[in-house]
Amino acid sequence: MEVYSIRPLLAPMISIVCAILIFWRGDNTFLRRSLSISASIIKWIVVFSMLPGSLAGKIYVTQLVPFTPGISILLRVDALGMFFGMVSSTLWVITTIYAIGYMEGEHARKRFFAFFALCVSTTVGIAFAGNMFTLFVFYEMLTVCTYPLVIHEETPEAMKAGRKYLVYTLTGGSFILFATALTFSLSGTVSFSQPGILSINSGVGILAVLFAMFMLGFGVKSAIMPLHGWLPSAMVAPTPVSSLLHAVAVVKAGVFGITRVTYNIFGVSLLKEMASKGINVAYILMWAAMITIICGSLMALMQDNLKKRLAYSTISQLSYIVLGVSLLTPDGAAGGIVHIVNQAFMKITMFFVAGAIYKKTHKKNISEMHGIGHKMPITMATFTVASLGMMGLPPTAGFISKWYLCLGALDAGQIIAVVVLLISSFLNAAYFLPIVYRAYFVKPPDGDVTTDEAHWTLLLPCVICSLYVIALGLFADLPFVPLALVREAVKQFFVL
Amino acid sequence: MIEFSQHCPVLMTITLIIGGALTPIVSISRKKFSFWWAFFVSLLAFFFCSCAVWRLYTMGPISYWLSGWEPPYGIEVYFDYVSTITFLMTALGILVIVYSKRYILHDISEEKLPTYYTLVLLILGGMVGFSVTGDMFNLYVFLEILSLSGYALIAITEEKLNAMASFKYLVMGSVSSVSVLLGVALLYNVTGTLNMADIALRLQQFGPTTAVYVALVLFIIGFSVKAALFPVHAWLPDAHALAPSPVSALLSGLVIKIGIVGMLRVLYCVYKLGGPVDFTSVTNFMGWLAAVTVLVGAFFAFFQDDIKMIFAYSSISNIGYILMGISLVSFTQPERGYLGMMGGLVHVFNHAIIKSTLFLCAGALIYKTGFRKLSDLRGIGKKMPITCGVLTIAALSIAGIPPTAGFICKWYIILGTIEFGKPIFAVALLLGAMLVFAYYIKIINALFFREPNESITEVDEAPLSMLVPIIILAIGCLVMGIFAYLPLAVIRPAAATMLGLPSTYLPLGG
Repeated sequence: MEVYSIRPLLAPMISIVCAILIFWRGDNTFLRRSLSISASIIKWIVVFSMLPGSLAGKIYVTQLVPFTPGISILLRVDALGMFFGMVSSTLWVITTIYAIGYMEGEHARKRFFAFFALCVSTTVGIAFAGNMFTLFVFYEMLTVCTYPLVIHEETPEAMKAGRKYLVYTLTGGSFILFATALTFSLSGTVSFSQPGILSINSGVGILAVLFAMFMLGFGVKSAIMPLHGWLPSAMVAPTPVSSLLHAVAVVKAGVFGITRVTYNIFGVSLLKEMASKGINVAYILMWAAMITIICGSLMALMQDNLKKRLAYSTISQLSYIVLGVSLLTPDGAAGGIVHIVNQAFMKITMFFVAGAIYKKTHKKNISEMHGIGHKMPITMATFTVASLGMMGLPPTAGFISKWYLCLGALDAGQIIAVVVLLISSFLNAAYFLPIVYRAYFVKPPDGDVTTDEAHWTLLLPCVICSLYVIALGLFADLPFVPLALVREAVKQFFVL
Repeated sequence: MIEFSQHCPVLMTITLIIGGALTPIVSISRKKFSFWWAFFVSLLAFFFCSCAVWRLYTMGPISYWLSGWEPPYGIEVYFDYVSTITFLMTALGILVIVYSKRYILHDISEEKLPTYYTLVLLILGGMVGFSVTGDMFNLYVFLEILSLSGYALIAITEEKLNAMASFKYLVMGSVSSVSVLLGVALLYNVTGTLNMADIALRLQQFGPTTAVYVALVLFIIGFSVKAALFPVHAWLPDAHALAPSPVSALLSGLVIKIGIVGMLRVLYCVYKLGGPVDFTSVTNFMGWLAAVTVLVGAFFAFFQDDIKMIFAYSSISNIGYILMGISLVSFTQPERGYLGMMGGLVHVFNHAIIKSTLFLCAGALIYKTGFRKLSDLRGIGKKMPITCGVLTIAALSIAGIPPTAGFICKWYIILGTIEFGKPIFAVALLLGAMLVFAYYIKIINALFFREPNESITEVDEAPLSMLVPIIILAIGCLVMGIFAYLPLAVIRPAAATMLGLPSTYLPLGG
């Protein structure tokens, strides 16, 4: 049931207004902070006010401007969009608190907070986009708005990372643009609908090319190998950016796009029909995801820089989502999509910890972190929780995703996917547990074991996120938790 | 009002040309008065143009017979949907004149102010006349008026390099004018008339003779030079980069579009799709040249350090987009060319707005700092945030990042290439756009994210008379993108009538 409402527009507008105000008056520290915090909270309230309706199957729609006959800039909040919008607006609140603490004493804070708000705004725009055209518009805006954050340090290394980021993502964007135009040309529409808008009559070959182009486009931001090169380099950005954008907003925008293309542009039945005609694109996507899961983990093993290790872990974890989506079974899709939120909270905790350690001790490398658990016990405790989540141990959130993914894989008859998931759990343990071990069970080199935690603005977000990781695991089946929304989304995709 | 509005196409041309000629006389005692005169004349022309456009969209094209002589004996002024570009010309003319008030004294002495404004009004008058005339010979005359004013405007600073650039442009421009003139002569020889509609009619009777083909090729060559299509683009970078910035804005924003308007007139009003001559082999070839132009322009821009030089090369690249759009036509199925035509025409408007924003911003930077190289201008963004912010908007726009104006043409041309079955052109377009963005990001990096240049110390924001035009233009860049349905509604009938479709033609996605 579609309901006209201004709220889908309001949510991105709040952060745009916030960004403009920060550009205008952001030199004042107090004003900048209160603007950022209040805008993020208001936005959170606006997004959450739509949750009950969304759970009840309502779809909120705002038509912005017509573009041409058949296409308009349209915001339409269905269950999947609501889910992604919820994740990013929640994490915006938490990350804003963290960023205020982290950016203390850094340069160009006005620019930083303004573009931060713009990025969140465009992410929510992506989440709420009602058609492929709108999604593309916000997707490109996100690319541009992230650039000043990636190169925030303005060092040659940062500039290089920024260039790399733009080359990768804009090339991806070109693929998406072409694919969107082709979709329009084939079907006469670009709106997301159930169960997809394309039909087999267009020809299996051209559909396969179209699917491949979409995947190449969105695969860049979802860091599917070999399109992942920009992500580890982009870790040069300040930690709040790495955590919110490169663990949640930007990369999830890519995964979100893949989900949209698979379920709302192509649709399950069409993909299965294509498979029966000999071109199983979802199967190819699944293999790409599985290869990325394993290779990402192996690469993560080799990193000494904590943030780089987290980046490769992100690459690997993102492909869980892609894997879930490509299985084309209800449980698989549910596992993949719910991993968007689970992975977000786990990974953001880890990034927050990495940032807190860096801020406190200026250590970036794992090999220097002997005994860090003695100095910062709470911080490292949250890291431990997140690590366990990454491995998929109950009762953490990671277990829920893995459970559904495995169920989905078995439904689809892909035993190999289950094996890959188990190997990946093992690899996750192999690259996260040594950090935990080193932190707690190795004495610091200087023998100093007095507790010296980071500032509360850095500590509090870590604690909140890690508690949430456990809560997501323990209370997964309650109403008003992400899983319920995911079930609603999956119900729409598979017409259950 | 209705009675009055049909005189408007003629009135605006005459206002600009006579107003231009009168400038030295009215400002004989006070040279600075020439600005106010030029401002007044351009406002008046804008008013006439608005009336004409209003009439066009309420009552259809205006055919006006000078002194009441019926064509083909008399001269016809024909204000159709393509002529809406005059609206842009007169509007941009006002902004450029306002901008020149402070800026131009940076480049020329007060003595020469009347000359400058005379030439600006004449070049505007030439362009407006060119776009509204229905007579082949007048087309040539207006082409000469605007070209000659252009040569003089480039050389007005009396620098040696400018004289060189102007001379280079003059040589190439003469070739172009001569070939257009020859084309007109040949067509006259065959058909015995100069009125465009009449020529079109008579060509039907005479059929495709060699002379008609040769004339077509001559026109294409002539207008290609004006539009700076590869490989006859070499005159453009120097001319556009060295001219005073407001002049660059006019040249890059509008004057190269004259080549496009000329091609539209000749191909789609005189020769016509479905007419006696199948010119799709020519347009096909032009499409390939356009694809090369996109890449060549983008590629060479990459190596420039001079900020205006970068903009000049990117104009070449953008002309490639436009030509690609308008050359994707099919002789027998005109509706297949519609989307590409839309993309090309909409970019005629959008590129004019975007590129003049860029040149005027560059002018503001040069005016304030005296530097024009990127390596000298580094870090200026903190001192001139408005100018640099506007420049950034325009840069994103020209790179085709949605939701700015530059994106619209990309979308349509890609749709057009798919519709036309030539996705290879879309690849060239997207690759070109990527390259374009690569060097615009270089500019943005230099302005905002690099160590400030110490030698630029006491620099503040540009004066109001320069800021107002660039801010208006920047708003244009955004509005034309976000509310694209407004310009598209204006351009749709133009694209349809060019292809010989009814002006209300509206396919899905069009």
